[in-house]
Amino acid sequence: MKNIDAVGHVRGESIYVDDIPVRVGTLFALAYCSSSAHARINRVDYSKAEEAEGIHRIITHKDIPGENQIGGIILDEPLLAVDEIHFWGQPIAIILAESEYLARQARKLIEIDVEELHVITNPREARKQNKLIHPPRTFSIGDVDNTFNKCAHIFEGRADSNGQEHLYIETQGAYAYPGENDKLFIVSSTQGPTAVQRTAARVLSVPMHQIEVDVTRLGGGFGGKEDQATSFAVMVALASKITKRPVKYVVHRMDDMKMTGKRHPYSSDYKIGLSEDYKILAYEATFHQNAGAAADLSPAVLERTLFHATNAYFIPNVKVTAYSCKTNLPPNTAFRGFGGPQGMFVIESAIQHAARSLGVKKRTIQHINLLDNGNEFPYGQVVDQCQAKTSWNESNEKFNIEKLEFGVLKFNAENKLYKKGIACMPICFGISFTNTMMNNARALVHVYQDGSVGISTGGVEMGQGLNTKMVQVTAEAFNISAKRVKIETTNTTRIANTSPSAASATSDLNGKALQKAIRSIMTRLLLVARQELGVEYHQLDFKNEHIFIDGEKSDLHWEQLISIAHQQRVNLSEHAHYATPIIHFDKSKEKGHPFAYHVYGNSITTVTVDCLRGIYEIDDVKIVHDFGKSMNMDVDLGQIEGGLVQGIGWMTMEELAYGDDGRLLSNALSTYKIPDIYSVPKTIDVKPLKTDGHDLAILKSKAVGEPPLMYGIGAYFAIQNAVLAFNPNANLVFDAPFTPEKVLLALYGE
Amino acid sequence: MIEFILNDNTVKTDERSGQTLLDFIRYQRRLIGTKIGCREGDCGACTILIGELVESGIQYKSATSCITPLGNVAGKHVVTVEGINMDVLTPYQQAMVDASGTQCGMCTVGFVMSLAGLCLTRKSIQYSDVISAIDGNICRCTGYKSIERAAYILYEKLQNKPSGSIIPWLVNNEYIPAYFLSMDERLRALHKFIRSEGDTFIGGGTDLLVQKHDEIFTSDINLISDNSELVGISIEDNIIEIGAATNTTMLLDSPILNQVFPKLREHLLLVSSTPIRNIATVGGNFINASPIGDLTVFFIALNTTIELAAQNDTSREILLKDLYLDYKKLDMHDGEHMKKLRFQIPDKPILFNFEKVSKRRYLDIATVNTAACFKIDEEECIVDVHISAGGVGPVPMYLNETCQFLIRKKVTHQNMKTALETAQKEISPISDVRGSAQYKRLLLNQLLRAHFFTLFPDLVAINSSI
Repeated sequence: MKNIDAVGHVRGESIYVDDIPVRVGTLFALAYCSSSAHARINRVDYSKAEEAEGIHRIITHKDIPGENQIGGIILDEPLLAVDEIHFWGQPIAIILAESEYLARQARKLIEIDVEELHVITNPREARKQNKLIHPPRTFSIGDVDNTFNKCAHIFEGRADSNGQEHLYIETQGAYAYPGENDKLFIVSSTQGPTAVQRTAARVLSVPMHQIEVDVTRLGGGFGGKEDQATSFAVMVALASKITKRPVKYVVHRMDDMKMTGKRHPYSSDYKIGLSEDYKILAYEATFHQNAGAAADLSPAVLERTLFHATNAYFIPNVKVTAYSCKTNLPPNTAFRGFGGPQGMFVIESAIQHAARSLGVKKRTIQHINLLDNGNEFPYGQVVDQCQAKTSWNESNEKFNIEKLEFGVLKFNAENKLYKKGIACMPICFGISFTNTMMNNARALVHVYQDGSVGISTGGVEMGQGLNTKMVQVTAEAFNISAKRVKIETTNTTRIANTSPSAASATSDLNGKALQKAIRSIMTRLLLVARQELGVEYHQLDFKNEHIFIDGEKSDLHWEQLISIAHQQRVNLSEHAHYATPIIHFDKSKEKGHPFAYHVYGNSITTVTVDCLRGIYEIDDVKIVHDFGKSMNMDVDLGQIEGGLVQGIGWMTMEELAYGDDGRLLSNALSTYKIPDIYSVPKTIDVKPLKTDGHDLAILKSKAVGEPPLMYGIGAYFAIQNAVLAFNPNANLVFDAPFTPEKVLLALYGE
Repeated sequence: MIEFILNDNTVKTDERSGQTLLDFIRYQRRLIGTKIGCREGDCGACTILIGELVESGIQYKSATSCITPLGNVAGKHVVTVEGINMDVLTPYQQAMVDASGTQCGMCTVGFVMSLAGLCLTRKSIQYSDVISAIDGNICRCTGYKSIERAAYILYEKLQNKPSGSIIPWLVNNEYIPAYFLSMDERLRALHKFIRSEGDTFIGGGTDLLVQKHDEIFTSDINLISDNSELVGISIEDNIIEIGAATNTTMLLDSPILNQVFPKLREHLLLVSSTPIRNIATVGGNFINASPIGDLTVFFIALNTTIELAAQNDTSREILLKDLYLDYKKLDMHDGEHMKKLRFQIPDKPILFNFEKVSKRRYLDIATVNTAACFKIDEEECIVDVHISAGGVGPVPMYLNETCQFLIRKKVTHQNMKTALETAQKEISPISDVRGSAQYKRLLLNQLLRAHFFTLFPDLVAINSSI
């Protein structure tokens, strides 16, 4: 089934926040932000701006009726700065004008007097000064200290990975308007409608039921709208509440890039110990997460770094510690992979370090240490239905890794100015919110009297194909045509207390809730059919829109059945709740069974480096991926290709740059480059691993959103291998992204 | 009053000509299919088509509406996605659906319009043309592979396209709606726009509408990109003359230039993207004075002169390399504007090369760019040489001392080495978001080597020089 939104998309008829018809009297909001990263505010003078043409009013923290607080996990972030500024781009006031243009002109007239304070952009400096978001956390298993004494080989080093701008093509935005009796309606481009509702209620000092949040779709999210959409939605809510006017704010790209947090940069230290025969016996790592100026989702991201610190490998003795370091960058946030990629980059660097030093292939060490059933993760979960070795073996056999490696060697022997590199990147990614309580969802199903079906879930469509999958689940569960099914917007009055669409788990959670609701309705319908046809319940079945009796198709079809049920006053609606079974995690012990299941796979990346110019091309990426039993290969393949390319972008050309003063230098698409059509791998070959799928995955189709991003890490090591083929004396530096600058300096460095 | 045709409707508006076309179509006309991504021409979400009367009919090209001044579409046909939508999907829309080329949908219309623009071109189409038609469109979801599959479906379909007059064929095959058939006639009947005589000269607007968006909106602007005196490429007595308002696509497609520079296409594809090349002018690139202007660097190495016209109709000529005094400071007087550039075709065999490295190979601003043009005699002695370099100083540089050194030298490895050392002495790169000074020095060194390796493969032994 093709994406149900595709036709609307290609005709330009799909609706995003900025496409909603503007109501009469709408005011346009614009945030006035700090131009310092850390400062004390002495005085802000709004007088000239307030008198400017078309300015309705300017809202500051003094106008907030409730709490000036938008923190999600930790209450540490004001909506509008009070007397201190903690990052460049922090909102200080909201300008409300008759047009966006006039708001922009007025913004230039605001004058601020600040006392600059010391700016920290480096997480290691923050740690030294004990500026932490929360106390460090450690996951451990076995006995690292004693084991290192027994290791034949020990390697220590440092691995850094930079942040990543989400660059959703639709920028942040929201539109709020008042209803009767103090009700407020917010349309938001958010992955977390409930976060918007809860936070708006807190800031406005109203009960949550006064706030209705509605989301049609997002023009891309990637984690950037899980928590960070909230501030913009709350700004318009606040402004609308105060002015009793509709208020719209669609953020300009440069403001969006400046104001919002990104993937966390990490600076990490590793120590890896191997036996004589390359078994990894011990692994120790310290992660310094650059959290930015407030917690946002950093504690949860940090946790996932620890969960994925050993990637797809079994290591019996592990001690990994993570510091969430408070700096003066915008609060960093969720981004596809959610800390997992950062953790994996470090272990892969450690293995590369060991392999180069020992003169063995990296893949030899990778292979020897792959996970297997019965192994225990450092967090206590025991590996089950493991596909690490199967996907590794299948990829290396199907794609003939030895032949690929030989091709690279041959090319390198024949070419002076161009060198190729190749690298394997196995992945193992846990599916579930690591915060167990979030693993629940609800769905609302209405069967209308004409047989058409309307469904609502708590999931948000952001291009990942969720709505398509939900329609598929519905059609499959009812056994009716998908044409009868309409999916509604995501709305907090229909589905309350939602978890954000995140953690790759949205289809699983919401799909399972849908199945439960549909099973209830279907049971009632079969009871109607039993009475109507005068047969026993167990004789009945419903398939292809018809009632079957003892396997024989009857004349009673869907529309008739619904009509009869309606006549008989049978409930044709259902609201169902699903909570993932089995999972649990005890933070006091850092042990448990946090994941419903894991997703596995392996990728083989080949690159060519132009050693004269220091530029490179990704030749191809070959992947064997564990989809479980994919319920929609069109959608899932799109996730693999898109995730991979995003991961390659993070590892290669996407370079966030902040000045020492905390100002974002890569603040536009002209200075922050994401992959274009020419820079992606020339071929991406994805082969599904044949498995039975997992019962906790929707229709046994495993979560697919985040895992493929980490295949992109292979690009870093493939480029590094090519560089080393040209300059064997190049420093073995692990500092992503591997930009053309770093490549050229490595090619010609000592 | 600006008159143009927007899809099937004639528009007459008193809106300011410096307003962006994007704001006009989205917010004045509520054609919301055209999306906003970056407002600087770097994502292509706002791509539309502009159809213009030429001798042989209407020529359509894609353009980013976010940096197109409204005044630049006067007398033209502007096509948004609403203007190509029919009851059935067009083949390029259908291909995007069938290949799952759309996920979140926010970039999709831009791709669709770029593909529509490709279908409306008259030339025969290779697969690489389909890809280059969408080289200005950024997608963050798909990783482009599904879009490539859609491109391939379209490529196969377009092999049936006739040459010559294609609009009837496109209409018959439901690529475009039937109203396109009468557009030629309707455009001819449009009232011609009378341009203002403001001080701010704007060509395509691809830089000014990014850097000075709000100022241009309220300024009295002078739009030059449709001034026929300033557009065109001609050749006479071995001298090529190019009007200041000639856009980059015209350079790329020019038979004259392609004959002189066999690698022109390869070189100019490194310059921005299709929808930007379609509107960005060579004069704009020069006068914008970016230290890394690609066309500037390209033409400095051809020892190009430019003609500057004053308001009193007098004009003067200076060498392009002498135009730049300091960062964004030009040897231009108030009221002067650039009319044309001129350069002499180098003697055969033409030894010209252009190099550019940026963080992303295409659709990016150069970290360092350089061009070189050599003339050697029968003894392989350099009798004339011009080398330019961008990104290594406050202005687009002419490597004067390096050239001086090379004159009357033989092309040898040792002379190349000395030339590279000389170049290092005359550049002064700074560290910025595009790279560190150290990197830019090394990179220029490598790109100068690339000139030698490319132009004199037999003379410079690659082995000895790495």
